[in-house]
Formats: sequence, C-alpha cells, structure tokens
Amino acid sequence: MRGTTMAIEPTLAILSGKGGTGKTLVSVNLASVAKKATYIDCDVEEPNGNLFFNPTKEFGKLVTVKKPVVDDALCDGCHICVDFCAFNALALIGNRLMIFDDICHSCGGCLHVCPQKALSEQESPVGEMSIGQSGTVRSISGYMNIGESSGVPIIAELLKHKDDGLTIIDAPPGSSCLVTESVRLSDFCILIAEPTIFGSHNLAMVYSLVSLLGKPCAVVLNKTMEGGNPSEEFCIKNSIPIIGRIPFDKKLGSLNSVGKIVAREDEHYHEVFSSILKKALEEVRS
Amino acid sequence: MIIAIPSDKESLDSAVCVSFGRSPFYCLYDTETKQSTFLVNSAADSPGGAGIKAAQILVDNKANILITIRCGENAARVLQPANVELFKALNLSVADNIFAHAQNKLEPLKEVHAGYHNGH
Repeated sequence: MRGTTMAIEPTLAILSGKGGTGKTLVSVNLASVAKKATYIDCDVEEPNGNLFFNPTKEFGKLVTVKKPVVDDALCDGCHICVDFCAFNALALIGNRLMIFDDICHSCGGCLHVCPQKALSEQESPVGEMSIGQSGTVRSISGYMNIGESSGVPIIAELLKHKDDGLTIIDAPPGSSCLVTESVRLSDFCILIAEPTIFGSHNLAMVYSLVSLLGKPCAVVLNKTMEGGNPSEEFCIKNSIPIIGRIPFDKKLGSLNSVGKIVAREDEHYHEVFSSILKKALEEVRS
Repeated sequence: MIIAIPSDKESLDSAVCVSFGRSPFYCLYDTETKQSTFLVNSAADSPGGAGIKAAQILVDNKANILITIRCGENAARVLQPANVELFKALNLSVADNIFAHAQNKLEPLKEVHAGYHNGH
C-alpha cells in the first residue's frame, strides 16, 4: 500500500420500471455477497431493505428542507418573487404574500430577488434517515414523512453518507425525479425485469432513462420461466448485456417473504448473486 | 365587473375548458362595457403550480367572477382572499355561460378538488 491511495470501488444502482420486480431482492443480496458493502435504500416512500438487514442503529437524524417565510411588515407587494418563482409556489393578493410550501422546491431564489429582504428561511422536517450495520453490510436508509410531496431531499441526504467502498443503491420504482436523484452518483445501473410484455415495457422506460443519463447498464432477468421472455427479447434487440437470471422459484419466494436474505441462507443463491455481482463488476471495468 | 372563463379557443363560441389552471385561454368579459378579451394562459404548461399562477393572472387582471367547470384547492386559496366569486360552468359555450350568469342561472361552485398533482 506504500505510496498508494485506496481505490474507489464502484457504485451500482438497481432500478426497475415498476415496483415488485425484485430491486430490493437483488440489492440486498448483492450487498450481502460482497466482502464489504454499503447498501443505500433510496425508496424513501416505501423503504424495506432494513426488513431484511435488521441492522443495528448507529446514527439517525431528521432530514429538513428550507421553506421561505415572509415578514409582512417588510413586504411591499412588489410581485418580483412571484414572477421569479419557477415553481409557482408564491401568490400575491393585495399586499399579502402567500407561500405554498408543498409546491416550493426550496431553491432560495425568492430570498435572493426580494429587494426588501422581507423573506427568510425556516427549516421544515420532511423525513428521517439512519445508518446501521448488518454483518458485512453498512445499511443507509431514509423515510419520507406521510403527506410530503417529494423524497428528493431525503435521497440527497442519504447519498452524502456514501463512502468510497462498494455501494449498492436500491432505487425507487419508475423513472421519476426520485430515480434520477438516486442514480446520480452511480457508475453502473442494473435493470431488473420481469418475463412479461408489461415487464418489457417497464424495462424500455427505465432503459430510456439510464441511456438519457449516459449510465452504462446491464439487465438481470427475474422470475424467469420456461417459454418466451419479452424482456430478454428487448435486451437482445438493444444489445443490452444480461448478467443474471433468477428463476421463478418457490424456495426463494418463501425465504424472501419472511425477510430472509437468500444469499445468507442458501448456498445455491449465494452462488447466483455472487455471479451477478462478479459480472456487474466486470462490466463496470470493461 | 369582470367575468373570467377558461376557454379552449379564443372565441366566444368556444367550449369552456375542462381544466382551470391549464386552460389555454381565459375569456375576460367586462359587464359594464360588454367587451370581451382573451388572455393566453402563460401558466398552462407549467410543470407544477399551474392553478396558483393562473389564479394570480386572473387576480392581476382584476377578475371579480370565475365561471369554471372545476377548480383546485390551491387556486381557490388564491382566489378566495381576492374576493373572486366562483360559479359552476354549464356545458355550454363561453358566451352562453356569460348570458346564463346575467340571468342568475349559475350555481356557486361548491367543491374544490385536491388537484391532480404528479410526483416530483
């Protein structure tokens, strides 16, 4: 190690176009078969990675965002902030400024443009996050408060705690802003797909997102069965590498449904996920 | 008194737009001068907060009455303190709704919806 710095290991993001395809299954198991890994559960609307890891709780904090508040005595109703706000979170009726917190994206622009310095910011809680350990896995997880409109600030907070070791990001389903934020720091994306026509449409959607973001990717086919697989056909047509196939298997389903990490319980599945991780890391390096 | 009506087209025989915040135009009818003008709704293609911005546009244009098929709660929160009265539009043209209002044939709009906001 003399004179060298520690190598930065890759960050792999696990995505799918819809819920229930196996993102958490793959994420949790990939993190578990690595020598050492950090798992980040970015599905802050429905985090369930910790149901599998059941980690120790070593760190926890509230996640807050800044929302503008107006001093009515200073506001002269000039309308500049209302015209400036790209999200239409402000309205001015008479000389009274109305602030719609749910619409506000906490950009702080209104404070900046106000000639009267009538606006200030106040911290507003939107959720919480925690870090814990489960065997060789450091698990980082966030939770969005019920009724909040965006989990993006919570995901941004989770990503601040990422280190230089191997990191597995369990992304939210779909191709929304939440997903874009989740994969921002990833070196490589693994797309999980089901063997149905619906599954192939969801795969196409998320493939289009990662292509747009310029992220290299590969596919893991989940719940594979005898017969045709529209998701596999999509991969062949678009020359997307397939780095794993997880069969539709009752044993896997039973273990997973009671919160067991299959790679820790079953040697065969330890092999299956080790092989997926190995292939993913080869793809990253190629 | 100024009556505002969301309209699909820039004409009095246009249908009333089913959306308030994302209506392409608003007809502004002045009951004193009997003149109508059409505003292009700059809020129509906002990614979010269209109802708030649209309501602000109508308030800035001194609308006193809004005849609409529906209205979201954020827009209503802007319109209410500005004392804009809300009426439920009939399934008729913009002109016929203005006429129906003059005949006191329109019901107040009783319900505002929670909006059709997408995830961010």
